[in-house]
Amino acid sequence: MSDIFLSTVLTLDASVRVCVPLIFASMAGLFAERSGVVDIGLEGKLLMSAFIAASAAVVFGSPWIGLLAGIIASSVLAMVHGFASITYKGNQIVSGVAINILAAGLTMILSLAWFKKAGITPTLNNDQRFLSIDLPGLDLIDHVPILGVIYRELISGHNILVYLAFVIVPMVWWVVFKTRFGLRLRAVGENPKAVDTAGISVESLRYKALLIGGILCGIGGVYLSTAYNAQFVKDMTAGSGFIALAALIFGKWHPYKVLAACFLFAFLDAISIRLQGIVIPGVGEIPVQLIEATPYILTIILLAGFIGKAVPPKASAQPYIKEL
Amino acid sequence: MTRERRLSWINGLLLPFLNVLTAFIATAIVFILIGVDPIEATKILIYGALGYDEGLGYTLYYATNFVFTGLAVAVAFHAGLFNIGGEGQAYVGGLGTAIVALYLNPALSAWIVIPLAISGGLLFGALWAIIPAYLQAYRGSHIVITTIMFNFLASALMVYVLVNVLREVGEMSPESADFIKASWLPFVHDVFASFGYKIAKSPLNLSILVALFFSGLVWFFLWHTRWGYAIRAVGKSNDAAVYGGINPKKIIIVTMCISGALAGLVGINELMGVQHRLFLNFNYGYGFGGIAVALMGRNHPVGILIAAFLFGILYQGGAELDFELQNVSRDIVVVMQGLVILFCGGLEYLYRPILIRFLAPIEATE
Repeated sequence: MSDIFLSTVLTLDASVRVCVPLIFASMAGLFAERSGVVDIGLEGKLLMSAFIAASAAVVFGSPWIGLLAGIIASSVLAMVHGFASITYKGNQIVSGVAINILAAGLTMILSLAWFKKAGITPTLNNDQRFLSIDLPGLDLIDHVPILGVIYRELISGHNILVYLAFVIVPMVWWVVFKTRFGLRLRAVGENPKAVDTAGISVESLRYKALLIGGILCGIGGVYLSTAYNAQFVKDMTAGSGFIALAALIFGKWHPYKVLAACFLFAFLDAISIRLQGIVIPGVGEIPVQLIEATPYILTIILLAGFIGKAVPPKASAQPYIKEL
Repeated sequence: MTRERRLSWINGLLLPFLNVLTAFIATAIVFILIGVDPIEATKILIYGALGYDEGLGYTLYYATNFVFTGLAVAVAFHAGLFNIGGEGQAYVGGLGTAIVALYLNPALSAWIVIPLAISGGLLFGALWAIIPAYLQAYRGSHIVITTIMFNFLASALMVYVLVNVLREVGEMSPESADFIKASWLPFVHDVFASFGYKIAKSPLNLSILVALFFSGLVWFFLWHTRWGYAIRAVGKSNDAAVYGGINPKKIIIVTMCISGALAGLVGINELMGVQHRLFLNFNYGYGFGGIAVALMGRNHPVGILIAAFLFGILYQGGAELDFELQNVSRDIVVVMQGLVILFCGGLEYLYRPILIRFLAPIEATE
């Protein structure tokens, strides 16, 4: 029994770790889409930030400089997206695709130019990474049955960015639903004309939303290369940006529901590794690929309106053209 | 010149030209940033792609894939749909081709097997597009999101099929058995040899004729048939199309099937033409490359042929750069693709305000 309990706790712990970039990226997407800008480029921003962060951390010897550099890299891409889709009213999806492809190419080219190896950065040592921290009171609670294990394995022992991810979500909720900025943000995604008529700049609101998204996505990328791993590796995001997009839809653009979706998708990822090769009585062996594909299948079913209905902000993907 | 003619000249040629030029300049800046002389790089690239028989063969072979995926994206664009799922449709299309080319009776004539294998690719590509199309038309789910999801589903499906179904007993690597000989599309150098001309060996095969054939077919279909008219009408204005008695739902399904089918032809070139077996990721990057090709080619088959040729040059020339220069890898092509999509797509209106300001005084004098 205790074996099953421990492995459950460990799987949940793994889910938490996988969940973090999804949380940052989906919260980034939440700001963009709530403001009426579709952000397909989450994947590219994660990747670019992961690469720049690992590079800066290894060159300057500090994960904090890596964090800053990663955030800047991701924000620059977010501003390119804004420039194309807000100022020049281009197609937001095309611009997002461009950012993804650009990031995939640039990370390869720059890693070769800077470190003489395509698609990989030098391994970071412990001073250059975000390491796990033990929360206070670990000794006190450790001997308590069940709770001790949960506290030691699941709650304590993560790095600072993991805790930040879980703090960010209520903050996003507060900003979006309880502040003046949040009200305007939601309004501009539903009815930009009304916002404009009230004398508030649609463009500046959308730029702000994208910038916040750029910063959040940046932290997600930094986590991947300097906390979860100890270097940048080619294509290390492996679709996280798209899973985050799926989670955003699955959570219907609401921070807490999106968090739940992120955790569900991360949990699926964590159990897919554990279920490999295990035969379930009556069902047989579940193909790993099927579990990996589940987030996408669930999102498609949701989008199709068979389990509830996901309705995006009304003005999403439409550039706002001011009538003169 | 009348105003209309001048406007179409500006929108159709001048703006796209400026956009492509900007993408090239941005690439040159990337070269300078990584310490490579852009002029020297261009020389190596062009010589590698066009300077000798074998290089040209490779260039045209890569271009063939881009024609298929470029046409796929363009057809969807004409109906106002953004098919981002070319990657997955090409992948699953390859499975359709492979099933025919693996299991047909090897004694059959190539004249029967090859058309059937091509149809297999068309059919499976279309099938992979039909669910996103249905969901867009009848359930209102956005085609961009669903086709992205279907790319991931395609890759999960293909890994499963290759590892668990098609892999031969005792083989380690996830790939199928060899296709039956009758399904092999002849190499162009072999065709030339049979007429007594000797040209260098390259992977270029008769798929390029299939690509030209489908380019013509798409042109005829879009601009000279009732269906093509309906597709373009839906793309221009959904409401007007409804008023004109067109059912946009049906058009969405038909368009996406055609789009998926065209993407499904990548397998003809890669599998029937060159590798003669199914393997992982043979489609890698061509689906997304098709977006750049379609945008650069202004969604017109002639433009697509030119843009695909250009991307063929970049692919082959990029391989040469990789070989010649230490500081550059082939991935520079990916960077270029991104820049082309950014400047010809997302930022397509970049120069419009400047041109309007520049042309306004001329307009006023008329």
